[in-house]
Amino acid sequence: MPLKQKDLLGIEGLDRSDIEHIIATADSLKEVSTRDIKKVPALRGKTIVNLFYEPSTRTRTSFELAGKRLSADVINMSVSTSSVVKGETLLDTVMNIEAMNSDIIIIRHSMSGAPSLIAKELKSSVINAGDGAHEHPTQALLDLYTIKERLGRTDGLKVAIVGDIAHSRVARSNILCLNKMGVEVRVCGPATLIPAGIEEMGVEVYYRPEEALKDVDAIMMLRIQMERQGSGLFPGVREYSRLFGLNEARVRLAKEGAIIMHPGPINRGVEISPAVADGPYSVILDQVTNGVAVRMAVLYLLSEGRA
Amino acid sequence: MPRVKARIMNKEAIDRALVRIAHEILERNNGTDGLALVGIRTGGVHLARRLAANINRIEGVDVPLGALDVTMYRDDLASRGKKMPLGKTDVTFSVKDMKVVLVDDVLYTGRTIRAALDSIMDLGRPQQIQLAVLLDRGHKELPITADYVGKNVPTSRKEAVKVLLTEEGGSDEVVIMDLEGGE
Amino acid sequence: MSILLKGGRVIDPVSNIDKVMDILVEGGVIAEAGDLSKYYKSKDIEIYDASGKAVTPGLIDIHAHLREPGFEYKEDIASGTRAAAAGGFTTVFCMPNTNPVNDNRAVTEYILKQAAESGACRVIPIGAITKGSLGALLTEMGDMSEAGCPAFSDDGKPVASSEVMRRALEYAKTFGLTIISHCEDPALSAGGVMNEGAVSTRLGLKGIPSAAEDVMVARDIELAKLTGGRLHLAHVSTAGSVGHVRRAKAAGVSVTAETCPHYFTLTDEAVSAYNTNFKVNPPLRTAADMEAVISGLADGTLDVIATDHAPHAASEKAVEFDLAPFGISGFETALALSLRLVETGRLSLKEVIEKLTVNPAKALGMAVPSLAPGARADVTVIDLGLVRTFDPADMLSKGKNTAYAGMTLTGWPVAVMCGGAWTFKA
Repeated sequence: MPLKQKDLLGIEGLDRSDIEHIIATADSLKEVSTRDIKKVPALRGKTIVNLFYEPSTRTRTSFELAGKRLSADVINMSVSTSSVVKGETLLDTVMNIEAMNSDIIIIRHSMSGAPSLIAKELKSSVINAGDGAHEHPTQALLDLYTIKERLGRTDGLKVAIVGDIAHSRVARSNILCLNKMGVEVRVCGPATLIPAGIEEMGVEVYYRPEEALKDVDAIMMLRIQMERQGSGLFPGVREYSRLFGLNEARVRLAKEGAIIMHPGPINRGVEISPAVADGPYSVILDQVTNGVAVRMAVLYLLSEGRA
Repeated sequence: MPRVKARIMNKEAIDRALVRIAHEILERNNGTDGLALVGIRTGGVHLARRLAANINRIEGVDVPLGALDVTMYRDDLASRGKKMPLGKTDVTFSVKDMKVVLVDDVLYTGRTIRAALDSIMDLGRPQQIQLAVLLDRGHKELPITADYVGKNVPTSRKEAVKVLLTEEGGSDEVVIMDLEGGE
Repeated sequence: MSILLKGGRVIDPVSNIDKVMDILVEGGVIAEAGDLSKYYKSKDIEIYDASGKAVTPGLIDIHAHLREPGFEYKEDIASGTRAAAAGGFTTVFCMPNTNPVNDNRAVTEYILKQAAESGACRVIPIGAITKGSLGALLTEMGDMSEAGCPAFSDDGKPVASSEVMRRALEYAKTFGLTIISHCEDPALSAGGVMNEGAVSTRLGLKGIPSAAEDVMVARDIELAKLTGGRLHLAHVSTAGSVGHVRRAKAAGVSVTAETCPHYFTLTDEAVSAYNTNFKVNPPLRTAADMEAVISGLADGTLDVIATDHAPHAASEKAVEFDLAPFGISGFETALALSLRLVETGRLSLKEVIEKLTVNPAKALGMAVPSLAPGARADVTVIDLGLVRTFDPADMLSKGKNTAYAGMTLTGWPVAVMCGGAWTFKA
């Protein structure tokens, strides 16, 4: 079964069966990355463009490896946002790329909605690799895969997402994805980092981790953007780390065997203590491994049935 | 709806063919030394398992058994009609220097076998690759011939050959279906 | 040549008339009204058959952006006034955020000259409150009012300093001028691109809280009280603002207020697909705000329906939501959208016509329009039953950035006369 849509713009456009299909496909493809020859010819001759308007080594590399393991030609384009504001418009840029016969354009952009803007104009499939504070669907899918792999199920689980919910696309995609998979989602952070009306996305809001982490099956810590301190949203890293950071005492509030997740890159000692990040329940590196498999699955499923 | 036109093998015929093929494999390879069976998903996997059981009954040896999903190696990504969920490739042993017998249910155009050959090569460099099929129905599009054949059945392109195995909820029989006005 | 509007349903709110009659226009004014069948056969009179249609005073829009001088690629006075006429308007007040800003007599006179040469309706410039609309130094309001500006506004840029706003209200009072406030606390709205709430959170867009408007409405009402100056509030969009204005009016403060069709027909849900044609400032709010705005129109808290016509080039809107300019091209849908309030039973037809004619004139100190003999012949003929699906390709404005593409609406202007001459015929 291919995906119904041309593009992957967000979790919002997927239903539970789409998500399960992507995860199952990723599970079959994971094995390719363990071979001596880490390559299958499925996307031979396809051209994939990684169009990154924000620096992101991790996501870009993960998509690049995913494309290459499927034998596609992968081109990386990094554009600095400042030059974009003054120069060529986003639509002009992508129309130029498509004129060179791209098949899939993977876009990371600092502004919410940029992927849907280009998807409407392009014949190429568009994959959202993170847009502003909107969505980061492949991150949510790899998180879900990791949860299923470690905990064996999703229905009835409780997951807490802790940190800067307001500015996090990872939080939004995970809320949507986990809700569709029957998971009870809690968000937690200082009130300045909890956005208006987030309850309407189907989450419970907590301000204190001591309450949010009680009996959860998984804890997702979000990266705190250092540049936000002093912007009025929170007073500083020291207090944040002390009151909202994940340490061993707080981990013990969660269910026995609960897993610790983080989309990376982590600020050791800020939102997560080194002992927890490197501890036995941390699945942070599994997330990275699974990221390649999930992105292979997405690239493959969007190509299936398309000339 | 496609309708069943003829039943060409029943359970006993399938069993007999698989016993014969097991003997032929052993005979040609001088026993089980360096021998491995790899089934092509989905039907071939069950047949490979049955062949391995037959070999064990004859020689008392468990030969390495693997499964291939060749979807990623097919040449019809854009035009694929029926969408099957992607299966796992599960070959846990090294194929390097082995005599690998690929097992599939039906040999038709040869394109699946071409994909399987590429797939095996990407896993390592076997000494030999041989091909065992339950049925050869003709209409080859590639220069690929089976080393072991359960039954040769000339068919028309307007027909479909279905191998219905108990592992998949079938009744262990091979039928020819008429596609005219169907699918 | 004289024109006879024959057999229309004449709705003239100021004379409290709503009946079928004829109107004779001669020499740019209404000459006679009543049963004028004696002229039906006259050869020197153009007969316009208005039977089955409503005949109202020409519509007045006190909040529009004509973009000239400086942004003629978005709109100019010629195209903007043609679009206004097609929307049923005979008088348009244009905001001063041009380039250069209309903050001195020379720009005012330029606008009036261009309007006299190429305008398809009357154009009345609104002057800037502060030089360059930078919020610091007051403009020469006395001089500009002599040149033709009856009201002053830094629309698009709120007057952040309470002290400057206080002095503006006081100084304008000297000349009997109105200050139009664009109510927005720039610190609270900074970086925002849509209403703050569940939708902005879902879309990951920076929100503008309704409080950004409410606190400035409250401030300006207090300053109007303090100074006794004439205050008009532009584009009210929140339930909070409506409440503040309602209480201020009850307390006798000299304040009037307008809203725009998009605030009583759309909510922030419209932004869901990042369609930049729904990006407007103040932003589309919640259903509760929309209901409060409609209630405010119904009980008279909100006096005026204005368009906030803000045309932009297509290429400017075909960008990331964060980068797109605010604004909706509104002239050509305003009347049909306003008539929905009648259709849904929230306002009477007379009330809607008042909010598009009499009340805007009163708010900015203009002669009250009428269809009585002797009045200037500004007339709009409306086919109240005409059903039309709005197609941006049909727009006369250069700015096709409508929020209503493909919407089917009932009740459209079919003929418009400004100063006794036809400016639009469908």
